[in-house]
Amino acid sequence: MNDTSLAFKNVTEIAEHIVEVISDSGEGAQRCGQSLGSIAARMGIGIWTVEIIPAEIRPPARSVAGASGNRIRLGAGRVTNGGDLTNLAVAFNEQVLLGRVRDGELAPGCTILLESLWRDHSDPTIRSSYLKTVEQLLGAGYRVIEIAMGRECAAVANAEKGKNMFALGMLCSIYSLDLKLAQEQMALTFGKKAQKVIDTNVKLLDAGYRWAEAHLDFKYRIPAERPKEAQIVVNGNTALALGVLASGMEICAMYPITPATSASHYLSDVFEKVGGVVHQAEDEIGACAFAIGASYAGKCTVTITSGPGYSLKQEAIGLAVMSEIPLVVVNVQRGGPSTGQPTKAEQGDLMSAIFGSHGDAPKVVMAASTIEDCFYSVITARRIAETFNMVVVVLTDANLATSQQPFPRPQFDPAWMAPPTDQSALPEGLKPYDWDQATGLARRFIPGQANGMHTVTGLAHDRASHVAYDPQINEEAIHYRSLKLAALQRTLKAPALFGPSKGEMLVIGWGSTKGAIEEAVEMLQGEGHKVSSMHLRFLQPLPPGIKEAMKGFRHVMTVEGNWSDRPEDELIDESNRRYSALAMLLRARYLRDIDCYSEVRGQPIKPSTICEVVRRKLAKPKKS
Amino acid sequence: MNDTACLLKLYDEKYELEDYQGGVPRWCSGCGDNAILAAVQRLCRDEALHPEKTVFVSGIGCSSRFPHYMRTYGFHGIHGRALPVAEGVRMARPDLHVFVNTGDGDCCSIGAAHWIHAVRYNMNLSVFLHDNQIYGLTKKQASPTSPRGTKSNTSPRGSWLEALNPLTVTLGVQNVSFVAQVVDWMPDVLYEVVRAAFHHKGLSFVRIIQRCPEWLPDQWEPFIKDPKRVQRLESSGHDAGNLDRAREVASKMDPIPVGILYRNENVPCYEDLRRSPKLRTPELVRTGLEAEFDKFTVWPS
Ligand SMILES: Cc1ncc(C[n+]2csc(CCOP(=O)(O)OP(=O)(O)O)c2C)c(N)n1
Ligand code: SF4
Ligand SMILES: [Mg+2]
Repeated sequence: MNDTSLAFKNVTEIAEHIVEVISDSGEGAQRCGQSLGSIAARMGIGIWTVEIIPAEIRPPARSVAGASGNRIRLGAGRVTNGGDLTNLAVAFNEQVLLGRVRDGELAPGCTILLESLWRDHSDPTIRSSYLKTVEQLLGAGYRVIEIAMGRECAAVANAEKGKNMFALGMLCSIYSLDLKLAQEQMALTFGKKAQKVIDTNVKLLDAGYRWAEAHLDFKYRIPAERPKEAQIVVNGNTALALGVLASGMEICAMYPITPATSASHYLSDVFEKVGGVVHQAEDEIGACAFAIGASYAGKCTVTITSGPGYSLKQEAIGLAVMSEIPLVVVNVQRGGPSTGQPTKAEQGDLMSAIFGSHGDAPKVVMAASTIEDCFYSVITARRIAETFNMVVVVLTDANLATSQQPFPRPQFDPAWMAPPTDQSALPEGLKPYDWDQATGLARRFIPGQANGMHTVTGLAHDRASHVAYDPQINEEAIHYRSLKLAALQRTLKAPALFGPSKGEMLVIGWGSTKGAIEEAVEMLQGEGHKVSSMHLRFLQPLPPGIKEAMKGFRHVMTVEGNWSDRPEDELIDESNRRYSALAMLLRARYLRDIDCYSEVRGQPIKPSTICEVVRRKLAKPKKS
Repeated sequence: MNDTACLLKLYDEKYELEDYQGGVPRWCSGCGDNAILAAVQRLCRDEALHPEKTVFVSGIGCSSRFPHYMRTYGFHGIHGRALPVAEGVRMARPDLHVFVNTGDGDCCSIGAAHWIHAVRYNMNLSVFLHDNQIYGLTKKQASPTSPRGTKSNTSPRGSWLEALNPLTVTLGVQNVSFVAQVVDWMPDVLYEVVRAAFHHKGLSFVRIIQRCPEWLPDQWEPFIKDPKRVQRLESSGHDAGNLDRAREVASKMDPIPVGILYRNENVPCYEDLRRSPKLRTPELVRTGLEAEFDKFTVWPS
């Protein structure tokens, strides 16, 4: 390593870089990563940040599975997903790095800035583990730069703590970020704390910056384009919560569950300021029933949960469907089944969202595909729920929940909000389920409205909401509840094609895979492949135009984060292969031989993986 | 109430019993639910409750058919979940009168978690537990409140466990504010207790011992025949302000204590703690939202 000051380093211009900061939890790596993202975003560098979260609250220190931190993809222009492999890693111990290597997250030759204090640790096992690991990493071709970060910190701030800000300083130097902006960011990050804290952190930041300037022989610049309009930088869960606020909903009923909880944490903090209530119920069934009660009484309500909680809500969701009470249910999907992988991303709940709850229980299912979409989906969902008196399920996932990506600051529109609760007298003789013949819609009755007295029931009922087991009445009611989906479907726009309308392959996706799919498609197009993609926001009902769009392509394939049987398995053939959720839906609806590629690795699907899969599929004739 | 208020009440809000009568009850003849319905309809009339401002919420069971027989708003939901539905209604609407009808299976078995927490939330709801000590609707299975030895379709040689006592359980929960017990065959006491429950601010829990002549025809005959086996708390000098005494009284079933076991008007209601006095105008929401956006905004520089 070069030890002399490098006053004139070559600055390499790069289009993008993926950097991660990892440590034992509690060492502030997350804060370092988030701050890096914010500084870059303020300069106009595209970012997508992903949290690296260990499954346990306090995994043992220096453990392979304990990596906690942040991964930031920096890029020129808009960055739409977490990208492929890490190019540069900052690690506060070698063990957390091993976990990342094992997961195949580091690019070959990845640069590693490693805290070196372990080299001289008093515990000989730690010393030898450190030395062995460094050797392994070097042997594997990584570039390891050992830095006594703790010691450097102690020199400026009288404490070994604060490595994270020292690391941030180094990264600012490495990526030629504006140090003044970074210093300002300290004030934002530690704004609630004493000035002394801010000053100390600025010192650490400066020290890291100076150290890197003096000691590292590389420096990058990513072209920035100063944003022309105000941008919001939040993760998907915060965007969801902001959407709840903006939609004019008043009550959110929930029960804590990873990875949905942070949305309710944030909402709990801010909802009251605008007169809202977050009710933490005794369980998810209670939360859903509470939400239904509040919606019934005139205030469309949201309940936010994740997989296991979603399963518990199913019976109550069916009640809302049957009694035609508007309700918004957000499912921030995690790995399943059962308790599964609480902190990991998966798209495994599409089928239960559409078909869950016993009997014929038609509900609207939407999926947010970007952070921005998390915000607007809630607003749209509230509106659909109240227009059609339906349950609207909004699917996001752990990837969106914890990722940050800037989006244009929304302009508040009063039309986002629900109108005040209707308390006008109802026309005499009108029945609570006077279904419109063409659309299945009926006017919503709200307690307090004169002439509207009736008892809603989850039992089969007639137009007056009287319990009725008459075969004709039962069919009529199911018919109209189903018809509402068709009525909504007629109002939907055909999804746009990303890429030309004719080609070899159309890739179809839904939810958080959008950025990765589109990036892969661009790459493939660059290689000369005739590939386009389409991303679905509505999964139930499916929008019009899909069938026509598919006609322009020889192959159609979905890419999803859920399970599908591998065609290469000896036992698997056409007659038993279980397809991915969306593939199954599309196959059933459009009678086309739609293929799928899916993963359940708990991580976002990488653009390079999608590229590889598509290349392979296009190269090889189908297995017969 | 002063005279003018009285007069106003006469002019504005005069209702007859028929104004509260909905569908024709389909309960078995002699079913105690009929008596509960009569008492509640009488209450509505006497209190001149606006039918459109009144909501009965129930779960599933014979007793949960109750809302259908009222001419008010009603919510006949799913098994065990009447309480959280009613809580949602209450949180959204302080202006409504909200009642809950629930069975011993509905409340004390499948809905038990909600029951405990409902007591703790202490929202302003009148909760009537129709306790017939059996699952009526599903045709005679033992319920948590069935006395040990109850022969049922799932315990043909007698149930094994001691009965759960809904009164002591409720009285054991933090924030309990009103607990009473009545029997369906004493209409005047039933009416009085239901009325006191309605006037209580907070969650009033009334266990109504309800006859099910269909499945347990002899269960209460000895108590009906011998009035000494029912004890009126009012005349026995019971102090409803004393929680320890209430628990003691609650644990005895022979004679059956009837009346108000415990009442405390000073327990705060969850909805009052949570509901904001702020008027939710679009302007308020906009201001709040913009303030939040400000926290996360990266301005063009
Ligand atoms: C989830 C669910 N499980 C079971 C049932 C079947 N079920 C309906 S009512 C009932 C018990 C009713 O007993 P109780 O609550 O005491 O009411 P009662 O009929 O005695 O008034 C059961 C088990 C159901 N409707 N839903
Ligand atoms: S079965 Fe029992 S509880 Fe049900 S209606 Fe008949 S008597 Fe009443
Ligand atoms: Mg019962």
